Amino acid sequence: MRVGISWLREYVDLPPDASGVDVEAALIGLGIEVESVVDLRETVRGPLVVGVVLEIEELTGFKKAIRFCRVDVRSANGTGEPQEVVCGATNFTVGDTVVVILPGGVLPGGVEVGSRRTYGHNSNGMICSERELGLGDDHTGIIVLPPSTGARPGDDARPVIGLDDVVLELEITPDRGYAMSVRGIARELSHAFGVPFRDPGLGAAPGATAEPAYPVTVEDTVGCDRFAGRVVRGIDPIAVSPQWIRRRLTVAGIRALSLAVDITNYLMLELGQPMHAFDLDRLVGPLVVRRARPGENLTTLDGVARTLDPEDMVICDDTGPISLAAVMGGQTSEVAPDTVDVLFEAAHWEPAMVGRTARRHRLFSEAAKRWERGVDPRLPLVALDRAVALLTEYGGGSDDGSVLDIDHVRPPAAVTLPADLPSRRIGVRYPPERVAETLTTVGCTVDAPDPDLFVVKPPSWRPDLVDPADLVEEVARLDGYEKVPSDLPRAPAGRGLTAEQRRRRTVGRALAENGFVEVLSYPFVAPGVSDALGLPPDDPRREAVRLANPLSEEEPLMRTSLLPPLLGTLRRNLGRGQRDLALYEIGLVFHPRPGAGVPPAMGVDDRPSDEEFAAADAVVPEQPWHLATVLAGEIEPTGWWGAGRPASWADAIESGRTAIAAVGVLGDRLDVHRAERAPWHPARCAELVVDGTVVGYAGELHPAMCAALELPRRTCAMELTLDALPLPEVVPAPAISSFPPALIDVALVVDAEVAAADVRRALVDGAGPLLESVRLFDLYAGEQVGPGRKSLAYKLTFRAPDRTLTVEEAVAARDAAVAEAASRVGAVLRGK
Amino acid sequence: MTYRNDPYDPKQVALLDQGALDDAVSEAEKAFAAAADLDALAAAKPLHLGDRAPVSLARREIGALPPAAKADAGKRVNRARGLIEHAFQQRRAELERERADRVLAEERVDVTLPWDRRPRGARHPLSTLTERIEDLFVGMGYEVAEGPEVELEWANFDALNIGPDNPVRGTMDTFYVDAPGLVLRTHTSPVQARTMLARKPPIYVIVPGRVYRTDELDATHTPVFHQVEGLVVDEGITMAHLRGTLDHFARVMFGPDARTRWRPHYFPFTEPSAEFDVWFPQHRDGPQWVEWGGCGMVNPRVLRACGIDPDRYSGFAFGMGIERTLMVRHGVSDMHDLVEGDVRFTRSFGMEV
Repeated sequence: MRVGISWLREYVDLPPDASGVDVEAALIGLGIEVESVVDLRETVRGPLVVGVVLEIEELTGFKKAIRFCRVDVRSANGTGEPQEVVCGATNFTVGDTVVVILPGGVLPGGVEVGSRRTYGHNSNGMICSERELGLGDDHTGIIVLPPSTGARPGDDARPVIGLDDVVLELEITPDRGYAMSVRGIARELSHAFGVPFRDPGLGAAPGATAEPAYPVTVEDTVGCDRFAGRVVRGIDPIAVSPQWIRRRLTVAGIRALSLAVDITNYLMLELGQPMHAFDLDRLVGPLVVRRARPGENLTTLDGVARTLDPEDMVICDDTGPISLAAVMGGQTSEVAPDTVDVLFEAAHWEPAMVGRTARRHRLFSEAAKRWERGVDPRLPLVALDRAVALLTEYGGGSDDGSVLDIDHVRPPAAVTLPADLPSRRIGVRYPPERVAETLTTVGCTVDAPDPDLFVVKPPSWRPDLVDPADLVEEVARLDGYEKVPSDLPRAPAGRGLTAEQRRRRTVGRALAENGFVEVLSYPFVAPGVSDALGLPPDDPRREAVRLANPLSEEEPLMRTSLLPPLLGTLRRNLGRGQRDLALYEIGLVFHPRPGAGVPPAMGVDDRPSDEEFAAADAVVPEQPWHLATVLAGEIEPTGWWGAGRPASWADAIESGRTAIAAVGVLGDRLDVHRAERAPWHPARCAELVVDGTVVGYAGELHPAMCAALELPRRTCAMELTLDALPLPEVVPAPAISSFPPALIDVALVVDAEVAAADVRRALVDGAGPLLESVRLFDLYAGEQVGPGRKSLAYKLTFRAPDRTLTVEEAVAARDAAVAEAASRVGAVLRGK
Repeated sequence: MTYRNDPYDPKQVALLDQGALDDAVSEAEKAFAAAADLDALAAAKPLHLGDRAPVSLARREIGALPPAAKADAGKRVNRARGLIEHAFQQRRAELERERADRVLAEERVDVTLPWDRRPRGARHPLSTLTERIEDLFVGMGYEVAEGPEVELEWANFDALNIGPDNPVRGTMDTFYVDAPGLVLRTHTSPVQARTMLARKPPIYVIVPGRVYRTDELDATHTPVFHQVEGLVVDEGITMAHLRGTLDHFARVMFGPDARTRWRPHYFPFTEPSAEFDVWFPQHRDGPQWVEWGGCGMVNPRVLRACGIDPDRYSGFAFGMGIERTLMVRHGVSDMHDLVEGDVRFTRSFGMEV
């Protein structure tokens, strides 16, 4: 909300020299966010003075009316001679008091006013409109000051027109409805500066009369626990609001409309009580306050025809709903340019109901914002009295004397507060007197039936003070958060990161150290992505968690694989001119649990039972951690050393090996098998198998998928389920033999279809315990081995833990290895 | 040609003459010094140390001496030979050194050539920064707690005293799953509830993670971002403990001169609550206060909903955006850089922040 400090000063005796900055600091210290502080004195710079029009010469022959004026500004122009100014407005006559900016002055927006020749005359300065001075929207004419201002020619015009104010733009937290008013902010400032505050909300006002101001029935006293009204008859329908009301509304960002409506808005800003003004003559029959009935409609003031919800509260007359209670009035009963009899309504509505209604109808009116945060239920009669006084003063008419007040408000419950609780929670020693003092300051009534226990009755404007903790905050807040000392607590000894947490770190580092760059993609995907990836109809990855309100209707699903978003990131990098890319991502994927049903309803007054929470948790989609890599372009760039090497299926598989090795799964626990799985190339895809369980896939992507997703040909990828990898166990230390190795090479010829991994496995199994390592060092296919065959050359290293192997032993082991390969995969020694 | 029985004959022992020995030494030294390379030196060696070299011949003449003179002659011959051998070794070492130097010089390469055959990778700075924060708190005895990103509404809202009518539960702020009771978590705080249900106090946890809000991506907002949150529940925990923890955290993140400032605020899950700023002297735009996060004392209603006795235990919680922390600390001006995954941005951080 936006409010000028001058308005606040009407109710709080701020030190005269308190600047905007001082007030800002005070409010921030009390938890009221200050978005901006605008000193209006600085919006118009230079000489801005009051002038009296002495002569008007109508200039003719131009497209519009132009006046050449002589204006008395006394000695403000340095000469005392009348100021000669050309003006395009016509809403003033000789003798009117106006606002003149003299040459050298600067208008809001930085427009410097000078002397210039225009319409055949010298114009020295400008007679100003509201809009030109940033005071409002009015540009139909220049400002004509009423005699009541008492302004004299030559005076600085700023104080006269309100340009001497400092405007605060404030953001109020959802718990402090009372602070959405001049009343509330002034109260807070009185706490901060320790100065007197006059509460405009506590004045005396006439109570209900035997004959109500208007016949009203409240059918639902939960939704509406207070409904009050008063009537003013016979107002001048063309009366407009006084300048000061319009100015304060403009500052607050509320458009001035008609006197009666302006008064309701003005009082809402000042007191925090939203009100409504009905045209009494347009009401048909008595009013009924009730919930809307299914199917009822109402056209609200913004011109929108709305279908009402049975939870909405409405005010009805014989024609049906005429106002969406607490949120916005309807068109049929609104005060109009011909209204002479006005019914002011000031009610009290249930905050939660208003919030739901406002959200349901997307009507976040100034009134709704206040209702939702809580409005003081003791305000209606005071607000009505002010409204009647203002309307009769500025609009004529007369108070009809009757007062309607249907009051079901219950007083706020008292809160029991151990006197030492604030000290125990905050870590500052607040003596009991200090606790009582601060609570009294914010408006509470504090009783102490025993010295250690306070019974605190919150004031009517503080519905947020419900728990002892709420009172603790008030004590700490008023005493000052800056007084809370700094004391680092000593935590008990922890257990460090979990194995799963360490695993994610290790994998990330291993890949980054191997040339991959980490990305963190959004997990949102389009429904068409499963088809683009070529997933079979029954692939579980097609079953995705769907968002009810996605950011983009095109991407309503949560990823079931890291690849689609990750490939999107790859594509973005390619689009920015990167050609050689190796990316990785570690993140969650989301698998719905079909048929999981609805989580059991769980309260908040006590913890859910373990069974309840487990049942609820069973509805939560499965969300395993995945790891994925994608590669495009060269993995080893071309350089002065020679040609580079394009990333291939093998690099993708190797990225999987790297990750799996990094988490401590070593040696033959990882098997790589050929596999067919979308979106990979059916002949260039491997499954990664750890301890007999498939944990992921890697290889080159299917060419059709690369085309569909506009990826470079031969883009490669790997994805595995990190959570499927076994956690590292305590590694038994190996025995390192210091005896010399025996090295034997063998070249085996097998069918081209035989997997190298199978050959290797046969050699390992056949060679027995003397085999220390086996390494494929050559792969050959061609004439020498014949069509459909290939030769695999291995270096076998044999070593015994306790002796130097004899040649015979090594050869026997080699022969056993070859024999196993022969029997398993039909391998024959090359050249035999 | 000497014979044991030969009578002493000065002619036959001419080479044993000291003058002759001295000459042999100086001849050898001269010859070795003159050898220009190891081959020449090898060629010169037999002339001065071989069987026919003067010192070798002189040794043979010793036999011709009377027994009384033999010892002295032997000593003198050995000494001369020793000197010649020394000269030889010295020269050889010299020449070997020269040769080695020459070979090294010939092997000179341009060490400034690039060798980026396997370009370096990088970790995302958000990951690295998250780890630093985790490590800081783990070092203080905290543990790292985690939870799901698709979360129970109860854990994300109800348990945290965010009632059914709280506006933040609206679809304007929260992503709802098209299944009852589930949302994309809007903060890491549901992990508070999960932690308190699973553990008994004392609880000291740090909770990093990905969270979701229905904001469009712009220079300062992103619908998917990361938070880190701390939760402590123990006997006698006060707001002073919260300040001590945040001050320490601020100094580790933003330097020894960093400090925090609190502004009262409202969060349903803490009471009292505050937003806090950090004084960051190294800010890109000069030393200034920067909004960092929210904090407060765990609302007793939250403790109760999670089965912890609020009369016995109290706690504090704090949370901040990791993106925001990174942007302030490293002068990142546009959120797009953090979410788009441009490798140029990420590479510039390498493996450490």
